[in-house]
Amino acid sequence: MIKLDEKEASSEAQAYTPGLKVKRSTVINEIRRLPIPGELLVKEGDVVGFDKIVARAMSTGDPNIVLVCNQLDVTSEDIQIYMTKKLGDPIKKGEIIAKRSFLFGMFKSVCTSPIDGTLEQISEVSGTAIIRALPVPVELESFIPGKIIRVIPREGVEIQTHTALIQGIFGIGGERHGELIILTKSNDEALEASMINSAHKGKIIAGGSYLSIEALKKAVEIGVNGIVVGGMDQDDLIKFLGYEIGVAITGQEETKLTLILTEGFGNMPMSKRTFNLLKDYEGYMCAINGTTQIRAGVIRPEIIIPHDKASDEVDNNDRLAEGMRTGTAVRIIRQPYFGAIGTVTSLPVELRKVDTGSLVRVVEVLLENGEKVTVPRANVEIIEE
Amino acid sequence: MSEKNLILVTDVGSTTTKARLFHKTHGEWRFLVSGEAPTTVESPYEDVTLGVKNAVREIEELIGHKILCKDGSRIEKPCNEEIGVDLYCTTSSAGGGLQMIVGGVVSTMTAESANRAALGAGAIVMDIIAENDERPIYEKIRRIRNLRPDMIMLAGGTDGGTVDRVVGIAEMINAAQPQPRLGIDYKLPIVYAGNVDARSYIQNLMGKQFALKEVENIRPSLEVENPEPARKATHELFMEHVMSHAPGYTKLMKWTDIDIMPTPAGEGLAIQLIAKTYNTNVIGVGLGGATTNVYSVVDERFVRSVSANLGMSYSCCNVMKEAGVKNILKWIPFNISEKEIRNILINKMIRPTTIPHTLKELIIEHAVAREALRLGLQHHKNIATRLKGIRTDDREITLRRASESISETYIEMMKIKILAGTGGLLSHAPVRIQSLLIMTDGFLPEGVTRMFQDSVFMMPHLGVLSTVHPDIAWNIFDKDCLVRLGTVIAPAGIAKEGEVLSVKLEMPNGDTIKKNLKFGEIVRIALPENQEIDAEIKPARGFDVGEGSGHKLETKVWGGVSGIIIDARGRPLSLPDDEQERRNKLLEWAKSLELYPLDQLSKLSEES
Repeated sequence: MIKLDEKEASSEAQAYTPGLKVKRSTVINEIRRLPIPGELLVKEGDVVGFDKIVARAMSTGDPNIVLVCNQLDVTSEDIQIYMTKKLGDPIKKGEIIAKRSFLFGMFKSVCTSPIDGTLEQISEVSGTAIIRALPVPVELESFIPGKIIRVIPREGVEIQTHTALIQGIFGIGGERHGELIILTKSNDEALEASMINSAHKGKIIAGGSYLSIEALKKAVEIGVNGIVVGGMDQDDLIKFLGYEIGVAITGQEETKLTLILTEGFGNMPMSKRTFNLLKDYEGYMCAINGTTQIRAGVIRPEIIIPHDKASDEVDNNDRLAEGMRTGTAVRIIRQPYFGAIGTVTSLPVELRKVDTGSLVRVVEVLLENGEKVTVPRANVEIIEE
Repeated sequence: MSEKNLILVTDVGSTTTKARLFHKTHGEWRFLVSGEAPTTVESPYEDVTLGVKNAVREIEELIGHKILCKDGSRIEKPCNEEIGVDLYCTTSSAGGGLQMIVGGVVSTMTAESANRAALGAGAIVMDIIAENDERPIYEKIRRIRNLRPDMIMLAGGTDGGTVDRVVGIAEMINAAQPQPRLGIDYKLPIVYAGNVDARSYIQNLMGKQFALKEVENIRPSLEVENPEPARKATHELFMEHVMSHAPGYTKLMKWTDIDIMPTPAGEGLAIQLIAKTYNTNVIGVGLGGATTNVYSVVDERFVRSVSANLGMSYSCCNVMKEAGVKNILKWIPFNISEKEIRNILINKMIRPTTIPHTLKELIIEHAVAREALRLGLQHHKNIATRLKGIRTDDREITLRRASESISETYIEMMKIKILAGTGGLLSHAPVRIQSLLIMTDGFLPEGVTRMFQDSVFMMPHLGVLSTVHPDIAWNIFDKDCLVRLGTVIAPAGIAKEGEVLSVKLEMPNGDTIKKNLKFGEIVRIALPENQEIDAEIKPARGFDVGEGSGHKLETKVWGGVSGIIIDARGRPLSLPDDEQERRNKLLEWAKSLELYPLDQLSKLSEES
């Protein structure tokens, strides 16, 4: 995952509502780590592309327990007598590992290996043998292009790149990359099936407010690599996946494309800022990852668009750590003002009653349309610009 | 005990760190103030003490008394006029709490006992591996390899019995080479609580690769379950190996005066405190954002279950998935489509810290809560079972099938005299009658049941405090934590129509209130907290309030902030099949109990 500037928590207690990152220009350091120790295939200072194999490891194979004594009908403590292979011996699938002859050798019962592997253990207590399957290679791709700024011996690398970065709210599907194509004219236009054609094969397509199941199916048929859109119905997600997501831990789905929602479920116009940013980088190659984990240690899906354009925009990562204050730009993330953008005008200390009858900590927000609203503090997020 | 004036207790939750300050005033210990801040276990902070400090600073600002030392590097102790507290302790569930795999030989015997012990120690059990579970060996091995637990508990065999089967399970775990969740630099802790005769084999097999702790057998014989040594060892290993590798915990452990305790273990102690004080059977529930913990103390036997993916925010869609969207919809008194409710709930799941702003969304969340409680209790009943595998009179071992397990539970709602709830949704319900009815609809108490609720989420805090100062903990529990919601009188039984029961209440002012209820009705009678009155309850034939069908019960009932609820809706509770009739029935109940603001409710109903 992306590691941005590390900050200590501010020393004062404060309202803290994390927002999704929508950054036109930032430098990210992506740490790529093998799941198990292995060897590195690049060195510090190397420049890599989207799909360079940067590290490789050999994962130990699965152990396979063979019920030797059961099969030979002998007692566990006698297992060594019947074993025809020694610990550490390489073994082929179907090869005899234990044998018992009886009635002067006229009859034999044998025990064979179900897999290719190595004999790892012989147990005189349980009467079993454990054969370890051959190691499985694990390869790690760079995922984003950039410069290797650090190597972590036997574990992985850190890649630095200059990029635009957008975090979505929810996604499915893993790491993919492709050329970014914008299909809708505006942030509040739905992404229709009719907008998708064969030219979009292998591309990352992006649209406005809503993705129908028809559009999603057509994108899969054509071979689109990824979709970025404001919203869709949960019903349609079930139809697409074939099952219902109960807990938001995603990224491992075996889908043919990666899907990222920037706003949520339902018809949800993409925020103008996100839409305009995507529009500005149309035609660029981008990397996307739908992996979402909504638990402690939140992981949001990401759209990474590497570029070398300078930007006037101030990279204010510190905003998040500073928390919400008067003047902070926020977005309301729950009904009845879902999606509305405004500026904090006040953070009353005392609890206020909302429509449900609950007494909660609130924030007063001046919306873009001039309306002033009071909403629970928990229902706004800071817009990181 | 030396004289103490301020005690600080925190709960480092997965998302929020909740600090509670208790003080001694007029000779007794009371809750003073709370402070909360986001938990900082994850990147970029990776130090839980930052969240603790932020929560404590909120308290400092509110009361104008410093608790942290001048450079903010620790909690100042002891307390003087200007700074510090006298005692600091904490519970923790940050970073997912204590996650365990348990193993045993027979799934319904030793593996089940190990599961109960691990749950009782406050763990989330990721999987139960048994020699006789239906999965093929390779699948079990793959599962052990893929999960990254904090700890493993292994049981199997009775003392003096054969050792091969439990050693077989140990060999399987050993071969799978499970990796600990919090880093690769330390040995994965294993509690061995199986046949004592297998200890030397287990030691030889696992002693080097794992941090192995061997304790007394959890099932020394089939008739006896002995969970305490395994539970204690789990707690020790949790402190020694797991906590010391979690971000910032080494520092936090130095701040605390007593060992850090898993949050559910603290909550469980609080429920046991209620059962002990009232000397009765209790069911408690912690309805959280990600999980639902159910605790029962029945005839002094304590059991905890955790439904890891039944929660009100992070896993609210899983409640919908397991219960079925129709079961959520059935509690909603206005017309709403399945599609809309699905979108609302998944939006809640992906932005889990938001709270309902409109009555419509509040009612939807309350519907989910009812189903989470129903499913949580159903799960609990699968764990709170009589010991299986015990010898019967004819010396035959009875191995009951898993499908029989629900009927094997010893939980009978008629025997439960107190229901206690905690968790954000219950504590933050705008009016207490809402949380009372949510618990009633979810758990369906029978007979006469007192209803309690945590006031501002401090059950885990008081649970851990009770390990060193039980009297202080109980005093605060009694005076500031436990909200007495009231009493529910609910006859078990069903009918199509007609009178279900008559109730006579001798009110404190000398009046007698008589109520005759027809089937399907529910009424509320005001009676303040701490008022105890005589009641005579006469159920109709076919209905039971604890004395048998149609038999009168004379008893005491207790008041509360919601008063006495006489619930003649029947047990089990069923709602009309016809949509309009169902909605009308829900509206009728809501009006009778003044559950939600009636004007808004009517408006919602008309709009739909």
